[in-house]
Amino acid sequence: MEMVSNPHASNLVAWAKDRPEVVVLSGDLTGSTEIAPFKKAYPDRFFSMGLSEQNMVGFAGGLAREGYTPFLHTFAVFLYRRALDQIEMSVAYPKLRVRFFGFLPGITTPGGVTHQAIDDVGVLRPLPNMTILSTGDATDVESMLDAAQAVDGPVYVRMLRGELPRLFDRADPLVVGRARVISAGTDVTLLSEGICTEEAMRAARALQARGVGVQHLHVSTLKPFDDPAVIEAMAGARHGVITMENHSIIGGLGSAAAELLAGHGIGKRLVRIGIPDTYAHGASRPYLMKEYGLDAAALVAQVEALIGEKLGIDEQALAAVRLDAVNTQDKLEAL
Amino acid sequence: MASSQTATRTAWQIEARRVAHNIRSRVLALTLLQGGSYLSQACSSADILATLYTHVLKLGPSLGPLTPPRFVGVPGSPGYTSGGLYHGPHAPEYDRFFISPTHYSVAVYAALVELGRLAPEALAEFNTDGSIVEMIGGEHSPGLELTTGSFGQALSQAAGIAMARQRRGDTGRVFVFVSDGELQEGQMWEAFQQAAFYRQDNLAVFVDANGQQVDGRTEHVMAVEPLDAKLGAFGWQTCKVDGHDPAALAACVDAWEPGRPLAVLAYTKPTQGIDLLQERWPMLHYVRFKDAAERARYEAYLHEQLPLLPREG
Repeated sequence: MEMVSNPHASNLVAWAKDRPEVVVLSGDLTGSTEIAPFKKAYPDRFFSMGLSEQNMVGFAGGLAREGYTPFLHTFAVFLYRRALDQIEMSVAYPKLRVRFFGFLPGITTPGGVTHQAIDDVGVLRPLPNMTILSTGDATDVESMLDAAQAVDGPVYVRMLRGELPRLFDRADPLVVGRARVISAGTDVTLLSEGICTEEAMRAARALQARGVGVQHLHVSTLKPFDDPAVIEAMAGARHGVITMENHSIIGGLGSAAAELLAGHGIGKRLVRIGIPDTYAHGASRPYLMKEYGLDAAALVAQVEALIGEKLGIDEQALAAVRLDAVNTQDKLEAL
Repeated sequence: MASSQTATRTAWQIEARRVAHNIRSRVLALTLLQGGSYLSQACSSADILATLYTHVLKLGPSLGPLTPPRFVGVPGSPGYTSGGLYHGPHAPEYDRFFISPTHYSVAVYAALVELGRLAPEALAEFNTDGSIVEMIGGEHSPGLELTTGSFGQALSQAAGIAMARQRRGDTGRVFVFVSDGELQEGQMWEAFQQAAFYRQDNLAVFVDANGQQVDGRTEHVMAVEPLDAKLGAFGWQTCKVDGHDPAALAACVDAWEPGRPLAVLAYTKPTQGIDLLQERWPMLHYVRFKDAAERARYEAYLHEQLPLLPREG
């Protein structure tokens, strides 16, 4: 599988070149959010806002009212936890074109409880006017700017950084409101988000090899959450639906799926894989994914429980799964 | 030449004082009509608002209807209009004016009536169902343009607007009315810090330093002084004045030098113009009459001491 280094860093510079209305605001995390190249390329469109997130959000609202599109960059926790009232009153209520790029979603950081955004989707999903997007690979990150900019209102993005896998073909960009269909199957429907998608792809491949049909969808739009393809996939699952997210099992993808199931009268079991209603702690990503059951092995175990069958898939088998970038547009035609 | 200038200045000051008097009169009348209102806020801020609206601010003609529309929905809804229409068009040469503590909305509405931007009858709609003349106004309410009733949130937004205007080369300035109580909010100081850092010299705040908040005297609830020293240390040009003196308030703006944002510290009395309120001091946040006898005394005060004054000439 192709790994891509810091795709946001160069992509933002290229993308913003002929968009003078785009300004970038940094909460003293310019290097950590990959915007140093932007600062260098367009110093007059870069605003150092210091450690003052409440002011940064209000300032962004003011700029947006005057026709600029501020792209806020900091760690997610500092936005939705420290400045929620400002996000609501200064941006969401007036439905302004402000883009919140929240880095370090879930347990992607060893920074511990203070830095891990495990409940951002749950906190922000009830906000009227707010669109919530999530990145799962380099292609998601690269196509996020166009996707976010097309939304006429505020957008919150769970953003990934650093070395990222390319799970989706570059020619297969993220489309707001549409889940990517990665595999087809009628035994289990699997909805995954963020960094969980790579693990889910690994597990789904192994499960398919054992004859378990997995309808796997990668969800990049967490709000609005009304994709007909998701509803259809959930309705067609023989054994039930599994959600897998880098977030608390409360308030995020799992809860959104539960609302959709109940709202459409789809009587299927729902298994929510995620951080099990606990705060996490500082440790490596693989360690935490294993500890909280967010990895491929945990998913296999949940599928086994759901279908009532042991499949004999061990860690070695999962590690041996080779992933290549998929083009879900091709896949859609093939399905 | 000098004498004619003096005559002109005197004329605007007389008009500012009349507008301030009538803001108090109209809000007291409304308080009597509805049995309660944010009366002390009108008392402390009337001269500040009157000075700004009649002399300091460069605003274009109102774009809002004299009789305000009914509530049609939140921003983005069909038919939605901003309360900012009452401050005229957004144009490079015009100033912008934002109210941070929207508990002062009633005083703003009364000022708009005095300026002829709002029909006197509109004030009677105050805090009635379906009206946009809301008690703690929203950004659809006449004279308001930002969602700011949660304290301490206007200056950051105004700084963003001022930054955008600076980048565009607008000559118009951005004024923000704030109260002293909300200076207890940390966000205010984040914004003070940032506006000075970016040398936003098209941005000014007028602080209604009435020493008063919900629980009583600010110095007993959570002291904010010394504001002059604090804001000076934060890099703002400060101007400490009697907030009931239009000439002094305007002089602060005249003395504004390039390179720094301006903070006018307007020291006021929350009972200014309605001495009766002194009986209730320091619990003045929302004045509601205790009984018919008290109401009658205020009614008499309105007719005897605070009748509406007609425009001169």
